[in-house]
Amino acid sequence: MTQALLEAKAVAKHFGGVKALRDVSLSIREGEVYGLIGPNGAGKTTFFNCLTGLYIPDGGGFTFAGQPLRADAPQQAAQRGIARTFQNIRLFGNMTALENVMVGRHVRTKAGVFGAMFQNKATKAEEAAIRQRAMDLLHYVQIEDRADDLAKNLSYGDQRRLEIARALATEPKLLCLDEPAAGMNGTETAELRELIVGIRKDGTTVLLIEHDVKLVMGLCDRVAVLDYGALVIEDVPAVVQKDQRVIEAYLGA
Amino acid sequence: MDIFLQQIINGLVQGSIYALVALGYTMVYGIMGLINFAHGEVVMIGTLVTITVAGSLLKAGMPALLAGLGGLSASVLVCMALGWGLERIAYRPLRNAPRLTPLITAIGMSIILQNLAMMIWGRNYLTFPALLPKIDFEVAGVNFSAIQIIIVLVSATTMGGLLLLVYRTKLGMAMRATAQNPAIASLMGVNINRVIAAAFIIGSALGALAGVMVGSYYEIAHYQMGFMLGLKAFTAAVLGGIGNLAGAMLGGVLLGIIEALGAGYIGDLTGGFLGSHYQDIFAFVVLIIVLMFKPSGLFGEKTGERA
Repeated sequence: MTQALLEAKAVAKHFGGVKALRDVSLSIREGEVYGLIGPNGAGKTTFFNCLTGLYIPDGGGFTFAGQPLRADAPQQAAQRGIARTFQNIRLFGNMTALENVMVGRHVRTKAGVFGAMFQNKATKAEEAAIRQRAMDLLHYVQIEDRADDLAKNLSYGDQRRLEIARALATEPKLLCLDEPAAGMNGTETAELRELIVGIRKDGTTVLLIEHDVKLVMGLCDRVAVLDYGALVIEDVPAVVQKDQRVIEAYLGA
Repeated sequence: MDIFLQQIINGLVQGSIYALVALGYTMVYGIMGLINFAHGEVVMIGTLVTITVAGSLLKAGMPALLAGLGGLSASVLVCMALGWGLERIAYRPLRNAPRLTPLITAIGMSIILQNLAMMIWGRNYLTFPALLPKIDFEVAGVNFSAIQIIIVLVSATTMGGLLLLVYRTKLGMAMRATAQNPAIASLMGVNINRVIAAAFIIGSALGALAGVMVGSYYEIAHYQMGFMLGLKAFTAAVLGGIGNLAGAMLGGVLLGIIEALGAGYIGDLTGGFLGSHYQDIFAFVVLIIVLMFKPSGLFGEKTGERA
C-alpha cells in the first residue's frame, strides 16, 4: 500500500514571466489522502491543471501507476484513472444531475456512433448499466432525490457533491478535489469530510487542495505545502504544522 | 379560406424540408459554434447523387420504389462521407483559429462543392426521376399529394428519432456535454473529435434525406439549388434559436408556412404588383426581423460564454 501512485518530477509551468510552478516534485502513495495546501496564488490549481492535461507543463512530468502520463491529452488522464473536481464548480448546467454522472461513465464504456444510431442489444444493455451505476453514485453522495433536476438548479453543496459523483463515475484511481469545502458551512464541511473518508475507505486515493487547514490536517495522511510555485515541505500533518517555513508562508512573516 | 388551408399544407411540407436541413446547421453550431455554410451544398449533392443512382437503377428495370430506396441509401452514404470529410479536412485544422477563419473556409467549401457538382452533373437543370406514386387527394377543397404526406411523415419520424438519439443515448449525452463545455467533457473521457465528427455525419445524413425530398417534390435539380435552400434553412435555424434542436424544427415549419402564406396572398396584398414568385423575400424579412428584435431566436437562451 505504500507504493507511489503518482510521481511528479520537477514540474514547471510559466505564464509569461510568472513562474507558477518551479520544479515541483512530490509523490502520492496508493491509498492515502494527500493534502496540497498553500496561500492564494501558490500554484495549487496550476498543479492540478498540469496533472489533468488542461495545461501542458513547461518542464518535468508525471508518472502515474508506473507509466509516464502524456501531457496534452485530458481524455487520456481520465482513461488512466485520474479524475478531478473544480474550485469554481463546472457542471453541465443544462443537463440533469443523473446525466452529468452518466457522462462521467463515458470513459469506461465502449458503444460508439453506430451503436447509438442503430441501437443494438449490447448498446441498450450498456446504457441501462450506465444509468444504474450513475444512480448508485448519486445515492453514494446522497443526492439521489435530485437525480432529475437540472444541475444548475441544485444547491451549492449539492453541486459540489454532484461534481464528486461525476468524477467518481470515471472510476478513478486518483481523485483530485480542488477546494471542495470552499463556501461550505460547518455542517456541510463535516459531511464532506465523512464523504472523503468513505471514498478513501473504498480504495480510491485522494489528492486534496484545500484552504481549510483544520480539514486538511485532520483528514490527510501527508501534506505538501506550496508557496510561490515551489514546494516548501512534504510530510505528515504533525510535522508540517510545526514547520517554521510553513508558518511564515501563511502568516507572511 | 381554401387558399389559407391550402397554403398551410404547402407550407408544412416545405417547412419539414427546411427543418431537416436546419438541423444540420444547428447541430454543428450548437457543438462547435461554427456556421457550416457548405451544408446547403451537401443537400444539393444528396439530390444529384439520388438522380444518378436511382436513375440508373430505374433504367436497369428496377421497380420505382426499390430504385428510390437505392438512391436514398447511396445519397445518405455519400453525404455522410462528405460531411465527415469536410470536418476532417476543412474545419478540424482550424479548431483553435479565430472565429472568422472557419466561417470563410465554410463559404469557400460551399463554392468548391458547387463547382465540383457543376463539373460532374453539368450546368443544366436535371429531371428528378418519378420514384413515388403520383396520387392526389382532395379533402374539404384542399388538394394534397401522396408525396406531400410522405415528406411530412418521414420528416416527423426522423426528427423524433434525432431527439431520442440526442436525449436518450450515450452519444447524445456526449454531444450535449461537449456543447456546454468541451474541456470538461474531454476530462470525463468524451472524445471531442468523435463527437464533432458525429454531429457532421448525422447532420449530413439528414441533409441527404432532405435532398431526396426536395427532388421528389419539385422533380427538378440543379447544381446551385443548395445555396438558396441552405440560406433559408439557416434562417429557420436562427428563427428557432441556433444551437437548439427543437428550435430548428419549429423554425423550419414556421418559415415554410410564413413563406407559403406570403406567396398565397402577396398578389392580393400588393394589388397584383408582386406575384407569388416573390415568395423568397418573406424568408429574409423574417431573418431581418428576428435579428433585430430577438437575435437569440424563439427557443434560444442568452449565450454568455460561447456566443
